[in-house]
Amino acid sequence: MLHGLGAVYLREMRILKRRFKRHIVGMAISPLLYLVAFGTAMGTEARFDGHTYLEFLLPGLVAMTSMTQSFSTSTEINIARFYLHIFEEFQSAPISNVAYVLGEVLSGMTRALIGIVLILGLGAAFGVILHTGPWFWLAAALNAFAFSSLAVLLAMIVRSHGDQALLNAFVITPMAFLGGTFFPLDRLPEWAQNILYALPLTHAAQAIRGDVFGRPVVWAHFAVLVAVGAVVFIIALKSVGRARD
Amino acid sequence: MIVIENLRKQYGAFTALDGVSLRVAPGELFAYLGPNGAGKSTTIKILTGLTRLSGGSATLGGADIQTDPIAAKRQCGVVMQHINLDSDLTLVENMDIHGRLFGMSAADRVARTEELLGYVDLYDRKEKLVSTLSGGMKRRLMIARALMHNPSILFLDEPTVGLDAEIRRRIWGLIKKIQNAGTTIFLTTHYIEEAEFLADRVAFLDEGRLRALDTPLALMHRVGAWAFDRLTEDGMKTEYFPDRDSAQAAVTLDAGGHTLRRVNLEDAFLTLTGKTVV
Repeated sequence: MLHGLGAVYLREMRILKRRFKRHIVGMAISPLLYLVAFGTAMGTEARFDGHTYLEFLLPGLVAMTSMTQSFSTSTEINIARFYLHIFEEFQSAPISNVAYVLGEVLSGMTRALIGIVLILGLGAAFGVILHTGPWFWLAAALNAFAFSSLAVLLAMIVRSHGDQALLNAFVITPMAFLGGTFFPLDRLPEWAQNILYALPLTHAAQAIRGDVFGRPVVWAHFAVLVAVGAVVFIIALKSVGRARD
Repeated sequence: MIVIENLRKQYGAFTALDGVSLRVAPGELFAYLGPNGAGKSTTIKILTGLTRLSGGSATLGGADIQTDPIAAKRQCGVVMQHINLDSDLTLVENMDIHGRLFGMSAADRVARTEELLGYVDLYDRKEKLVSTLSGGMKRRLMIARALMHNPSILFLDEPTVGLDAEIRRRIWGLIKKIQNAGTTIFLTTHYIEEAEFLADRVAFLDEGRLRALDTPLALMHRVGAWAFDRLTEDGMKTEYFPDRDSAQAAVTLDAGGHTLRRVNLEDAFLTLTGKTVV
């Protein structure tokens, strides 16, 4: 059933390796700007949950990066579908949809892992070294799984590169800014908090920040990430079959 | 063996394939000839799992494409009309990924890649990026990649489209060589001479329907043996004759510009479908 998964994953990794330097620079630019613009501008006097803004921001950036980097798989799939037509190779190969989707999801999770390591390195360069326990990595992995699966699902639905850009503009960018990355949600009115807690990124950011700050584990965050990941993954499997027309 | 029964494909209100039935014998080189939009590529896309059928059925080597798609796909190699290679990967990497998709062992992938890149005369470039290849080289690489897992059936969708005459001839030689090795070949083309030169049997497809199916010679004989093209005030008119003598008689009666020639597959297509291929 999983035969072919390795081929799908290996192809993505070979392409990533070939473009690695460019990719790393691309991955670093946005978080670096956030760290410079928000982190240093806020100084060390303002306190958030008893921490400096840079200490508060960095776990949020980890959550955001795990989302954006895993979701960037959708752009790669789009290039494979509409520009290189390599997707036909997978469609005409004797592999299952599970193998294809898992291969792409794992490649998205790998991209997320590279992005997170990069953020941790940038944080260290700014003088903030995060404690990263198992819950930190589990939350990041679940978030990356959910958004990689979403990337496959949406890449199968869109009909052009233009549609893809719209999805980034309407789904990923708002979530990146509103999902508890840049500010504490408890400063918002309750109705706004209720809306933002519907976003998986909010739970990822809270779970990651909770582990970094040494707070007790909130299982609800993990439960939401598992549920969202499972549902989106199953729909992604169906969408691969529908992409045959 | 390829068996297609009453194959149908609808895109909304548009009927791309309208009840096509045919059989291709093992080792046969079967050409599917028709103008753009006739349904040639749609047939290949259905048979190779790229598109779902709307009706009918098809089996590849006995495996039903709907109920046992994995087994059906295992037997096929596909060369699509457009280039679908990973341009950021090397030739060897493209071949390797294909081999992995078909579950080949590491030793088999290495051996087969060496053999096939030599076969299509690309061995010296095996470590180059695909983006550095010319159009003809990319076509040859696509053929090599499709043969990687040793398929019993090879689908070639317009394999020489956009290539110059010399490279086209070279690819024809390669296709003949593949057939001689025992592979069943299903070729779509709108190049008349390609079908005439390569095919054991030819099907004429037009507006999603099969108009005729036979050997190239038999299809041509349905029209005649000799053709007489005459330039008239209404344009070029062609008359067909069963033998050279009767055609020659028509020539002697004609005072204007004319050409006497043997009937070709294009005459057969034109007569049997009422349309030109291109």
